[in-house]
Amino acid sequence: MAADAGALPAAPGARRSVAPGLSIGLSTLYLSLIVLLPLAALSWQAHGWGAISTPQATAALKLTLGLSLVVALVNAVAGVAIAWTLVRDRFVGQGLVNALVDLPFALPTIVAGLTLLALYGPRSPVGIDAAFTRWGLLLALLFVTLPFVVRTVQPVLFELDREMEEAAASLGAGRFTTFKHIILPSILPAILSGVALAFARAVGEFGAVVLISGNLPFKTEVVSVYILGRLESNDSGGAAAASVVILLISFGVLLAIGGLRRWVTKHDR
Amino acid sequence: MIGKYALRFAALGYLAVLLVAPVGFVFWKTFEHGVGPAWDAVTTADALHALKVTLILTAIAVPANTIFGVLCALAIVRHRYPGAGIVNAVVDLPLALSPVVAGVALLLLYGRGGWLGGHGIVFALPGMALATIFVSLPFVVREVVPVLREIGTEQEQAAATLGASALQTFRRVTWPAIRWAVAYGVVLTTARALGEFGAVSVVSGRLAGQTESLTLYIQDRYVSFDTTGAYAAAVLLALLAVATLLLMTQLKPKEGTQ
Amino acid sequence: MIQARGIVKRFGNFTALDGVSVDVPTGSLTALLGPSGSGKSTLLRVIAGLEHPDKGEVLLDGEDVTRRPPQSRGVGFVFQHYAAFKHMTVWDNVAFGLTIRRRPRGEIKERVSELLDLVQLTGLSKRYPAQLSGGQRQRMGLARALAVDPKVLLLDEPFGALDARVRKELRLWLRRLHDETHTTTVIVTHDQEEAMEVADRVVVMHAGHIEQTAPPRELYDHPANEFVMSFVGPVNRLGDAFIRPHDVELLLEPNGSTQEAMVQRLVHLGFEVRVELVRDDGETLSAQLTREQVESLELRDGQIVYVRPTRQTVFTD
Repeated sequence: MAADAGALPAAPGARRSVAPGLSIGLSTLYLSLIVLLPLAALSWQAHGWGAISTPQATAALKLTLGLSLVVALVNAVAGVAIAWTLVRDRFVGQGLVNALVDLPFALPTIVAGLTLLALYGPRSPVGIDAAFTRWGLLLALLFVTLPFVVRTVQPVLFELDREMEEAAASLGAGRFTTFKHIILPSILPAILSGVALAFARAVGEFGAVVLISGNLPFKTEVVSVYILGRLESNDSGGAAAASVVILLISFGVLLAIGGLRRWVTKHDR
Repeated sequence: MIGKYALRFAALGYLAVLLVAPVGFVFWKTFEHGVGPAWDAVTTADALHALKVTLILTAIAVPANTIFGVLCALAIVRHRYPGAGIVNAVVDLPLALSPVVAGVALLLLYGRGGWLGGHGIVFALPGMALATIFVSLPFVVREVVPVLREIGTEQEQAAATLGASALQTFRRVTWPAIRWAVAYGVVLTTARALGEFGAVSVVSGRLAGQTESLTLYIQDRYVSFDTTGAYAAAVLLALLAVATLLLMTQLKPKEGTQ
Repeated sequence: MIQARGIVKRFGNFTALDGVSVDVPTGSLTALLGPSGSGKSTLLRVIAGLEHPDKGEVLLDGEDVTRRPPQSRGVGFVFQHYAAFKHMTVWDNVAFGLTIRRRPRGEIKERVSELLDLVQLTGLSKRYPAQLSGGQRQRMGLARALAVDPKVLLLDEPFGALDARVRKELRLWLRRLHDETHTTTVIVTHDQEEAMEVADRVVVMHAGHIEQTAPPRELYDHPANEFVMSFVGPVNRLGDAFIRPHDVELLLEPNGSTQEAMVQRLVHLGFEVRVELVRDDGETLSAQLTREQVESLELRDGQIVYVRPTRQTVFTD
């Protein structure tokens, strides 16, 4: 097979590619227009810092943060339990249960709140009335934050090297010891990551809580509802100020998760 | 092995009490007297208009965020540029942010007195569309980025040495590798757009029959003591959610069960 | 003909290429040989256009292509880990370059069949890369690169991911292919045996510099410096002198120019035997003898013999 005298001409359009500039430019423009510009306008108009320190605002903030923390902790435990059941256990309908865990991701928040209100509210067929109480809030927040810890822990648990546990067993460790010293450290970063996401979600939740909580100031009014109240009272500055506080919390949580990821991969070889 | 059964019972019980029972109960309540009353409740003029609004908003947000999502993922992973880390963080922001805050931000930007105010954006469909785009922004990006990272650049470099232009390389080499991630991202985006409530609530001004999405309609019916109407609309959205869930399960990248 | 002039390439603080210039004659098979970190892969990628040099030029047949993207350089590139298009069949992989140039169907069919015959993958055209062995995938990679008639063929440690026996087979096969096609070829390798066996000319690289460029025989017989000598073959170092194991003579009786040494170990490697010795001044020495020589000397562990280099090299600089 003799070599040809010249190579085939290049394919049409094979000049220096203009794609980097295009994708970077367009995506940055879109992002700025959709996300950054509104948030900038928000921060700019957030005067009325006095609004943040009113008793009502402070109560809403304290309630929201406190509940979110409780929710995060409950999820840490429940999430691991559910993830464990999905990975290590084996039973009929397991696939269905696995799909079910994603339901809060797919279901509109207002629908979630409505279903909880129907079963655990004023006309509850099982006699539980959590409407207008903090328990109702808790229920709603647990509903919407359910998937976070489960989904972060599940893949890690799945990839876990069983040989480590077998080695521990051969050295005399019981199941609880093995869990505490071998399994837990491996899944801890995933738990923390999921907890942070659940916390951020709970802090900002609106749709699920707006019906069941009754939005009673000082009792069951969360920050997102408080902000809406400020808007309806034409206090856009106050609403903006409270919004910026929430924005900073969310951003802080994102940074924490990012830092967590870097800390985790630092130990990866 | 009591421990194993106790754990299983506890975990499944938690799911049953929190998730399955409430949703199941509303389904039952809605169809308690047959499909007829439920159907009537969900085909009133207001309900149908609200459904139409929801579908329009979704039809705008999903394609926009899909195109952006692919472009952004390519920019972040393939063209490592100085701002890429910040872009990555900003993309995640709508996930961590309260939808009410998003709504307030849009209101302040496009409302009366805002920088881009007075152009009929807030209290109208355009504002609601922007709100829907905002909250459903991250999903396609987040699904595509890890896949792009994983497949690496060698195949694309090989295509370049064989003479393929950037567009040809994308069409023939990159896209086939990412299209299932994009599909999954599209499903998540759609679910989020259909279910959006908080941001749209703030931006829309909630005028029944005009700027009401289906989620707002549900709230409206409930506070007007029309539980039948509220439940029926809720079931409609829940059915859409279940359909989404099925698609999610089919398209999901990696499973974590045995 | 490929010409690289004064190529400098840095990655952060690390200088991969420090002012490297090399000429590759048309139609030759040249090897870039060196340890990891020597810059050989970087140089290859600069020639291909997959990396941009910080300084320097690349010329292909006299034309300056330094600023041109890989698409328009007419180079074929074969990757160490194949870079197979995973979602395309073997046929579509090989046809890719022709397909995007919109060549007529008949032409593509003929060319791809020809190439698959050449690389002996004819029956596997409908398979996917995942269903092929490593050796088959690399042959596909080669066919794919050749399909568009490149002026220059560049191979980046093409057999590095394959096991030893397949590596040896493909080495020979590549040489035969080159003898048929006469495409200007550059192959990067860290395996000196591979370079010596396959190439017309070897460019030895070390820490971003070129140490020596020569045909394999000359590299072995007249190495430019210590690095080259130790890299292309085993070597004994005694003071300033470098002695090849096969240049160490063993005698049973001393004469004026020998030194006393004790046999520490005999390593039987088939036809050859490596004799590990220690001299009376404590220096260790490695000699290479044939089986017959070892038997005629009746060598055994612990025996005292008298050694003398028949040839040695001293580097002055």
